[in-house]
This record gives sequence, C-alpha cells and structure tokens, in this order.
Amino acid sequence: MFQLLGIPPQALFGQLLLGLINGSFYALLSLGLAVIFGMLNVVNMAHGALYMVGAFVAWLLLTYLGVGYWGALVLAPLAVGAVGLVLERTMLRRLYKVDHLYGLLLTFGLALIFEGAFRHQYGVSGQPYPIPDLLKGGTNLGFMYLPTYRGWVVATSLLVCFGTWFAIERTKLGAYLRAATENPTLVQAFGINVPVMVSLTYGFGVALAGLAGVLAAPIYQVSPLMGSNLIIVVFAVVVIGGMGSILGAIVTGLGLGLLEGLTKVFYPEASNIVVFVIMAVVLMVKPAGLFGRER
Amino acid sequence: MTMQTQALRRTGVEAGSRRALLIGGGLLLALAAPFLLYPVFLMKVLCFALFACAFNLLIGFAGLLSFGHAAFFGGAAYVTAHVVKEWGWAPEFGLLAATVVAAGLGLVFGLIAIRRQGIYFAMITLALSQMVFFLALQLPFTHGEDGIQGVPRGTLFGLFDLGQPLTMYYTVLAIFVAGFALIWRTVHSPFGQVLKAIRENEPRAVSLGYRTDRYKLVAFVLSASLAGLAGGTKALVFQLASLTDVTWQMSGEVVLMTLLGGMGTLFGPVVGAGLVVTLESYLASTSLPVPVVIGCIFVVCVLVFRRGIVGELLARLPGKGNR
Amino acid sequence: MPDGMQTKTARTGTAMLEIADLHGFYGESHVLHGVSLEVRQGEVVTLLGRNGAGKTSTMRAIMGIMGKRTGSIRFQGTELIGMAQHRIPRLGIGYVPEERGIFSSLSVDENLTLPPVVKEGGMTVPQIHDLFPNLKGRGSTQGTRLSGGEQQMLAIARILRTGATLILLDEPTEGLAPVIIEQIGVAVRALKARGFTIVLVEQNFRFAATIADRHYVMEEGHVVDMIPNDQLHANMDKLHTYLGV
Repeated sequence: MFQLLGIPPQALFGQLLLGLINGSFYALLSLGLAVIFGMLNVVNMAHGALYMVGAFVAWLLLTYLGVGYWGALVLAPLAVGAVGLVLERTMLRRLYKVDHLYGLLLTFGLALIFEGAFRHQYGVSGQPYPIPDLLKGGTNLGFMYLPTYRGWVVATSLLVCFGTWFAIERTKLGAYLRAATENPTLVQAFGINVPVMVSLTYGFGVALAGLAGVLAAPIYQVSPLMGSNLIIVVFAVVVIGGMGSILGAIVTGLGLGLLEGLTKVFYPEASNIVVFVIMAVVLMVKPAGLFGRER
Repeated sequence: MTMQTQALRRTGVEAGSRRALLIGGGLLLALAAPFLLYPVFLMKVLCFALFACAFNLLIGFAGLLSFGHAAFFGGAAYVTAHVVKEWGWAPEFGLLAATVVAAGLGLVFGLIAIRRQGIYFAMITLALSQMVFFLALQLPFTHGEDGIQGVPRGTLFGLFDLGQPLTMYYTVLAIFVAGFALIWRTVHSPFGQVLKAIRENEPRAVSLGYRTDRYKLVAFVLSASLAGLAGGTKALVFQLASLTDVTWQMSGEVVLMTLLGGMGTLFGPVVGAGLVVTLESYLASTSLPVPVVIGCIFVVCVLVFRRGIVGELLARLPGKGNR
Repeated sequence: MPDGMQTKTARTGTAMLEIADLHGFYGESHVLHGVSLEVRQGEVVTLLGRNGAGKTSTMRAIMGIMGKRTGSIRFQGTELIGMAQHRIPRLGIGYVPEERGIFSSLSVDENLTLPPVVKEGGMTVPQIHDLFPNLKGRGSTQGTRLSGGEQQMLAIARILRTGATLILLDEPTEGLAPVIIEQIGVAVRALKARGFTIVLVEQNFRFAATIADRHYVMEEGHVVDMIPNDQLHANMDKLHTYLGV
C-alpha cells in the first residue's frame, strides 16, 4: 500500500470527502446568508435553526405522512421558505429603518425559539433518517470508496449553488436583485415592487438552508441542535469570503470544508478551530474578506 | 432666560440628589438582601449584573456589539477555577488571574475585531468566542463536558472565610460595586466622552484627531477584563467552571440582559440581569422551555421595546437626568 | 400665480400633471410648502431655483420617494398621493434621478433593459442607439465604467424603452462638459419632437431656455413664479434675483 505524506490514501481521501461534504453545506448556507445580507442587510442568525427546521420537516413528513426523501426535497425547502416569508413580513420588515444590529438580535431570538421549541418537543438526541433506496450503496473509485449518497449531496449542492449564482449574475431576475441590492429606492421608482422582492429574497435564502437541512438529514442525525454550532462556522466562512459576494460564499465554503478535512488528517486537534484561525488571519491581511468589497 | 437656567440647574441638582438617593437605597437594599433572599441567587444576579455592565460599556457607550463576551466570562471562570483548585492560589489571586487572562484575551479579540464595524464586528467576536469554546471543550485542564468541579472558595486575604455564605455574598457585592464604580468613572471621564463621540459619529471623531481604534481597543479590553472578573467570581460562588458559560448562547444572554434593561443606561444592565436570572430560576421550576421564553422576550424587546426598561423610564421621567 | 398660465392652459388643452398645494416631509423636516404647478401634454417645463429650493424634492414627491406628502398630485386625472410607490411609474412616469443611478453591478445592457416596460409605444433599443450613438456597442461594459455624460445618456435611455409618457429629468447637465451638454440638449429636443412630456430640473437656465416651453421658479419649497420661455428675456432681471446669479 502506498502512502501520501505518511497517510494512507483511503484515510486522506475519506477525510477530504467528508470535508467536501461539510464544504457543500457551508457553501449552501453561506450562499443563503450572502443573498439575504446583500438585500436586507440582515445577518440571519436564524439560518442554522432554519436549516434544522428543514431537516425536521423532512423527518416529520416521513414519520407522520409517509412522504419520502424526494417529496421532502421539494416540500421542506418550500415550507422553510414560507416560514421565512412570514418572519420577514411580520417582523424583520419593521427593523429596516433602525440599526442593522437589531436584525441580528431579532433573528438570534428567533433561533432560540425554534431550537428551544424543537428541543422541548423532541429532546436533544437525534432522529435517524434513512438514505433513499436509489442513493444507497457506493462505488469503489480505486483510491477510495465513494458512498453514493455523499456523492449526491456534493453534486446537488454544487448544482444548486452554481444555479443560484447563474440566476443572480446572468438573468433578468438576477439583474433586478443586484440593482435592488445597490439602490432599492430607484428600482422601486422604476415600478418594481421592492418590498415583495425583499420578502422573496429572504424566503429564498432560508429555503436554501431548508434544502441543506434535507440533504443533511440522512448524513447527520436530525436533531434540534444540528444547526446551532454549524452556523457559527458558516459565519466565519462568510467573513472570510467577504459578505455579500455570491461566488465568494460558494468558493470559500467549499474550500474551507476541504481545508477542515485536511486538518482532520494531519492535526485533528485543530480541526474545530482551523476555520476561525483562518478567519483571524484573513482579517489581519484583508479586512474586507477574500472576495469582498469594503462597504 | 435666567429663570430657565435656574430651573435647569435645579432639575440637574434634583436629578443628582435623586440619583444619590437611588444609589444609597440600592446599596442598603443590597446589604439587607441576603437576609430576605437566597444568597446564592443574589450572588448569581450580581455576577451577571457585572457581566452585563461590562458588556454594556461596549454596546451602550462605544456602539460596539460584541457577540463573543461569553469567551471572557466563561474563559475567566476556567482560569479562576483552575488556579484555585489545582494550584491552590488564594481567591483574590484567582480573581486577579481571571481578570488578567480575560484582558489578554480581550486584547487579542479586540485587535482582530476592531478592523471591522457593526455587523461584522459582531460576527467576528462571535466566531472568535466559538474558538474559545472549542478550546474549552478540548484542552485537558478544562475537563471537557464535566468542567472543573468542586472549586474551593478559600479564604480571602487570609482573613475572610468565603465558605460562609454571607462573607461570600458581601465579597461579591464589593466586587460588583467596585466594577460598577469603575464603569461609572469611565463613562463620565473624558475617555468616556470620546467613546460616546465615536458611537455617535466615528468619521467625525477621526476628523477631530482621535485615534478611534485605540479608544475602541481600550474599551474592549476594559470590558473584557470586567467580564472576566464577573466570570471568575461566578466560578468561586458556584465552585464550578463549565462549558455553559463559554457558549454563544451565553453571549446572547448577556445581550438580552442589557437590551431588556436598557442599552447605554448605567443601571439598565443591572435591572436586566436581575430580571433574566429571576425569570430563569422561576422557569426552571415549570415545564416551560427556557430558551423559547427567552427567545420570545428577545423578539419583543427588539420589535417594540428597544430602549429597554430603564431607558423607557428615563425617557418618561421629567428632567431626564444623566444616562 | 400669474394668470397668463390659466389662459394658456385653456388654449392648449389638458393638463397631464397637476400638482396642488403639495407639502412634503423627510422625517421631521418639512421641505415642500404648498407647491402648485401644471404640466400639459407634450410640454417641456423646467423647475428653476437655488439649491434647496425644493426642485428635486418635488420630483421625489411625484415618484412617492418621500416620507409624507399632503395635497394633491394628479397624473392624467389619477391621484398619486396614497398610491403604492411601485405603481406610480407603471402609470407611465419615468424618473431620471440627479445622481443618475447607474448600477455598478449591472452591465450597460442590463441597466438599459432594467426598468420594466409599462406601456406600449416605448422606443426600441435600436431607436435608442440612434438617439444616443455613444451607447452602441458598449452593452457588456460595466454600467459605472461609462463616462459621466454616457451615464447620463444611459439614465435617460433606459426610461425611453418603458413607454413612459412623462419624463422627470433631474439636472441632466450637472457636471458635464459643454459638448456633452449640447448632445443631451439634442436628445431632449428629439424626445420633445416625439411627443414626450418632460419636467426638467435645471440650474443652468441657458440650457433650459433652449428647450423649455415654460419655467417654474421655486423658492423655499414652493413655486414663486412662472415664466413662459418667450418672455424669458424680458424677465431676465427678475430671474437673476430669484436665482441669485
């Protein structure tokens, strides 16, 4: 058996795959955060909680209604998006005229409510969620074994991320979004209903979190606290990438996931904090983030 | 005109004497309190009140929202617990060590976080404090999920046995009063005026020649040290340092205390800490989920009650007095 | 209000835009104090006045970009006060703001096609390129990489596609070189010839005099005078006093 840098390749590639999967989730979540932040100037602290809600909706659909993975893949993001619409219309909307920090505090309160409620109802232990039949099994790639579901998660996330990027950067709808991010008043003065766009943007951003939740359900356990620590890493990812940059969010998310995987191989003790260390270094060198513009 | 000035001066004097009365009354109440309520409960309130006051020094007077203050509070608790329990240090040195370590940590956080403002500042402090959380989870001396238990309270200055609840209580009270007085002095000093100027309009403060980053950094370190002092004290009171105190939810809790009581008011955080601690100990005896209730209060405060209790009172009081 | 205007209104027909006793506020500050004016179909009307007289605020009030408005703004008989902000442009009012508002994250083409078409009869992109040749072939350039004059042309051009019949032009010549001002003037005259109704805010009344039918003079948040363009020379002294030139 050959070795790379003293590490058996199975272990190395296995960890890299795990890193890539984490990176996919970072990318999906930070993409949603970036879209929301760009339009609403709100750091959505409830993002992790809504990711958890997405996973729970999938689990509830399966447990109580017998709706399987594929149904959940569509319904759960829609449900989370609908929750987002309601939150934006009833609460966030009132805060656009005051300091942006209040948006952060409000969504923090919402995160506590969601997590607390699910914890109260379902306890802290996770609920297992089965891998759909179609995605069971795996492939031996020679240098490593690739479980089909994990490959699916990475591929789907990449597709959704780049689809979102394309929609924002290359379509008419995206042009409205970019323009409204820059100057909402003027876009409104062209006859576009910006408040509705803002609601939809928030709904879409949290729907992405809900989708990530469904994708995560078969990999991690469905548990009320699954989003709470993840989201802080995602915040660090967003700070590193530069807030408001769509491509930056995607690339940084994937890259940091991989880097975390590598750290697990070479220096496992540091794997939890490597992202935060990188954040500190990036802030020292380039305060606006790797892809960010100072604003 | 003269009538008005006189009237103004009179309300100023009245506000001053009212404040003196308030403080005197508060102190008397605090001295008598352990005979009416559980000392441990009161000490918890005082620890959190000091923590919240320290936090408020940043958000209320320098406009910086730190979402990572649990790192100082909880981190310092570990320091006190460790040096007192493992190295046998006297409690006063345990608290000193907590304060010094928190100050150092605050310096590091501050140097990194102060490069960005507003929301970014909050996110960076949050991420950095999460790093401290993982360190606390993984380093051997913190004992992971168990925390450091059975911390001896020891004898203060070799004279006062802190094992006695009342002695411990009055020590905590003295620490709180000292910390509060320091914050008071800071806020009313020229330094505090510059901080307020930065909060109101940083570019203008820069154009007036102030090196605002220095001021913000000093405020951050001071706030971190006092948060650390509060955390160390809490470790002595409960004879325990645990992960709970370094979680980001703890950082959120101190934000809530300050918000509920009134950001930027001197007494607000004290009131807020008292209310939140009381509420939590009440909820613990019911089946209501604590985080949900806390979350709801948060949402309501942010939506309709942004001035907080003391802020609201001050706004309604005639002759507003000092903030 | 000079009564010459009333008779002229009666002569040339319907008012397209009627503003009566308009008050406007930004938060606590009261910026418009009873503006009244009329613009008829096919007219070019300027708002003259010093800085802070309320010209831009009047335009923003028409578009609904203002905290609170009282009084009346009627466009083709429809009351605009109280109407949802995004519906106002859909009636056929195009707004070209003073700062031009070219989006830096959009290409020239995206900027050009951003405002939705609200009515039939808007100009096509080739027609717009004929009017503003500078914009031709620049489609993929980042909007804010254009020169100031080109950005102004783009800001006007994107409104022409929408089918808007009333155009609010806020200081189109500000900060531009004389040769560019000349080009803008040609374009505005061409638009007038095509039947657009135009309200123009101008500091440069020499430019205004070359294209406008009438001039409203504003001071301290209301209209103080109306001068038909053919009487502009006779009223030069008065105008100098108003504008403080």
